[in-house]
Amino acid sequence: MWKWLHPYANPEVSYHFTGRLLPWFSALAAILLSVGLVWALLFAPADYQQGDSFRIFYIHVPAASLSMGIYFGMAIAALCSLVWQLKLADASAAAMAPVGAVFTAIALLTGSAWGKPMWGTWWIWDARLTSELILLFLYLGVIALHSAFEDKNLAGKAAGILTLVGSINLPIIKYSVEWWNTLHQGSTVSKLGKPSMSLEMLWPFLFCFLGFAMLVAVIVCYRFRNEILARNSIRPWVRDLVSAQANHK
Amino acid sequence: MNPRRKKRLAIVSSVLIGIGAVAGLVLYALSQNIDLFYTPSEITQGKKDTGLKPSLGQRIRIGGLVVPGSVKRDPDNLKMSFKLADMKMPIVFNESDPMTTVYYEGILPDLFREGQGIVANGELVNHSVTGLSIEASEVLAKHDENYMPAELAESEGKGHKKATYSDKQLENKG
Repeated sequence: MWKWLHPYANPEVSYHFTGRLLPWFSALAAILLSVGLVWALLFAPADYQQGDSFRIFYIHVPAASLSMGIYFGMAIAALCSLVWQLKLADASAAAMAPVGAVFTAIALLTGSAWGKPMWGTWWIWDARLTSELILLFLYLGVIALHSAFEDKNLAGKAAGILTLVGSINLPIIKYSVEWWNTLHQGSTVSKLGKPSMSLEMLWPFLFCFLGFAMLVAVIVCYRFRNEILARNSIRPWVRDLVSAQANHK
Repeated sequence: MNPRRKKRLAIVSSVLIGIGAVAGLVLYALSQNIDLFYTPSEITQGKKDTGLKPSLGQRIRIGGLVVPGSVKRDPDNLKMSFKLADMKMPIVFNESDPMTTVYYEGILPDLFREGQGIVANGELVNHSVTGLSIEASEVLAKHDENYMPAELAESEGKGHKKATYSDKQLENKG
């Protein structure tokens, strides 16, 4: 059943496969983000209560959901790495961690900038904000572990265990606004039933969200390919690749 | 799957389930401390699960909806008071609902209006007129998850106006 996946465990096959995907991801990211951001920031109607301040939604919400999505991806990679001892899974987790950390930071900073005029405070220790801050610390811990060991396999194992333990935080972030009283509002888009947003505001959001998701795919692909090259630098195929490029120039 | 991988999968998943259970129990035990605020009915009747009530003089946060018509502002300074009722859907206010009065002096956040969700931070006092009340030092607006353009909101009768202050009120600040 999983036999078709086996070739991709080979670093060389994965390197060339992601190389073929990259132009598609890049083109999609460029189109979706330019359309989505212009639409969202210039043409979408202003909110009846918050006016133009609500437009930060179009960056805050994609950043926050992607910060959780990337962590989920890292948790799956960590599981594969621990159970099947796939070296590539470690490389992909190492590629995802800094991207996720940056998106978590963007979510926290944009949320804070929005919170000051709307709520009246930059920060409050409610369940949603605190659990998202813990997510940032988990990312920083994973990054630190990946670079703390000389031996990449050992580093991957240590970071993988932290990633899996920290994945408990994901449902806590997601449901914090339902389980407890928080200052942070509930979900607008990702819930069952009708989104609590008019359609002319929702469409640009979907463009922005998919655009940021594609941007993440592009950055993670680049980083993943770099990790593969760095970890296989003594292999003949990498040497061939490098000398071919050198001749090309 | 070969037996070694099976064993590793079993170890990893049992560790995960164990940690999940621990986290669940800890959060359950801490649930009342994780709540950001008390609701007006919890101040009079105590928390639903534990019956825990705040005591007089305790600094607490209270969260609720501003009861329409209850906002009283002093024309000469920034002193004001309003009543809070529990947040529930659909939004209807009955005279018999548990309500708590909040006294506050200062500038309100932009989103403050009647019917809006509010979180106030202050001391629980027994006021001579209004009974259990909050002397708030901070008022935060709790936004809901609904977004709509101004025209649509007006057609649904949901306009929003920011609180405005006269020069006289601002001079007497603090």
